[in-house]
Amino acid sequence: MDIKFALETFWSLAAALPLTLQLATTSIALGSVLALGLALARLSGILALDLFARTYVFLFRGTPLLVQIFLIYYGLSQFPAVRHSIFWPLLREPYWCAVLALMLNTAAYASEIIRGGLLSVPHGQVEAARACGMGRLMIFRRIVMPQALRQALPGYGNEMISMVKATALASIITLMEITGVAAKLISESYRVIEVFVVAGVIYLAINFALTRLVAFAEHRLNPQLRPPLPISTELKGETH
Amino acid sequence: MTEPGFLDIISFGADGWGPALAAGAWMTILIAIAGFAIGGLIGTFGAWAKISGGPVVRGCAEAYTTVLRGIPDLLVIYLFYFGGSAVVTAIGQLYGAEGFVSFPGFIAGALAVGITSGAQQTEVYRGAFRAVHPGELEAATACGMGRFLKFRRITVPLTLRHALPGLGNVWQVVLKESALVSVTGVVELLRQAQIGAGSTSRPFDFFFIAAMIYLAISTVSGLILQVTERRFSRGVRRG
Repeated sequence: MDIKFALETFWSLAAALPLTLQLATTSIALGSVLALGLALARLSGILALDLFARTYVFLFRGTPLLVQIFLIYYGLSQFPAVRHSIFWPLLREPYWCAVLALMLNTAAYASEIIRGGLLSVPHGQVEAARACGMGRLMIFRRIVMPQALRQALPGYGNEMISMVKATALASIITLMEITGVAAKLISESYRVIEVFVVAGVIYLAINFALTRLVAFAEHRLNPQLRPPLPISTELKGETH
Repeated sequence: MTEPGFLDIISFGADGWGPALAAGAWMTILIAIAGFAIGGLIGTFGAWAKISGGPVVRGCAEAYTTVLRGIPDLLVIYLFYFGGSAVVTAIGQLYGAEGFVSFPGFIAGALAVGITSGAQQTEVYRGAFRAVHPGELEAATACGMGRFLKFRRITVPLTLRHALPGLGNVWQVVLKESALVSVTGVVELLRQAQIGAGSTSRPFDFFFIAAMIYLAISTVSGLILQVTERRFSRGVRRG
């Protein structure tokens, strides 16, 4: 392996890192809001909303992400109505098409994770909260959401990692994020191994950091699982 | 020439893209099956390495699954496509061929999909093997079965029973991943849709049809898997 070339590769790939992170964070953030909406629609008990959410999840989980990206980036321009709408300045940009596709896609997967979390909250707790006189919103905010979040976090962590990996597909619609730059370097230099190793290390580093971050959040959100703090010796010595 | 309508595109008539799309769908299924089979082979070895390998073998298997689950599949496909081409070109030059020789996209794609799904299948088989009751394996040994007979008659059927739901998920992932192989130029379903979109200026129709075909394939294979799952767990009492 050529160390000098690998270092050069590292700097050109590192320059593409912000775009990858930006794609991932934007689509995860927007997707989580949509996912929560979909999960609530599934659990709302209103047939129309439930059916809509089910169909949405079925469609987006059953088709490849790349097809969804192509449908949005190339497909939508087929309709003059879209081209003349106010959204066209956004839909013309590959960046926003990629964000839109990633966001719609992750929302489908994440909604099932969130739904599982919401279902895991024991009904007795909701009843208890109601007995305490809490309103629906307050029950959701104080009782259901914190516990659902705790339950859903490990699954959501996996989904976030697959989103980081999915940003690589944005390179196919001309966005020069890490994989895009890597493919360009490979086709220019034909040094496959060096570029692959460097790009792989960068992705592994991102995902490692993400895993640690999720583990830290899990640790913070689950104080009941931690051993109790030792009682300080000074208190032990006190006698009456 | 008039603009073709939506139905003209999917028709099997003279100007229809039906036959081409069907051939593309068939290619998609072939890539997915090849990738899944390679992944199954790797997964079996990986699970074996993780369960009964020494520290070095186990470490290698651990590194393999960690790395492959942490990097994008597209990158792996590029590695095999460009890497394969580099190797083939080098071999070609030894025998006096000139210029760039490209590696067959189908093989590169199937290998790449196989290696990524191998990492997932390793975990599936490992988890499923742990669900097999050790007493059943001991009983087989007590009956005097040799290693291979025990593996074939006891370990494989019992492990598969527990592995099938997980394998179903892996299959769905593999099927969707096969769409990425289109970047190597293999004319599978998505690539065929791209070709159609390029030559008719009706991209939405083509990608929409492709999406529907993917949906149909995954739904049908999901149903088949359900039936298989039921068949393999005939001996399990329910409820």
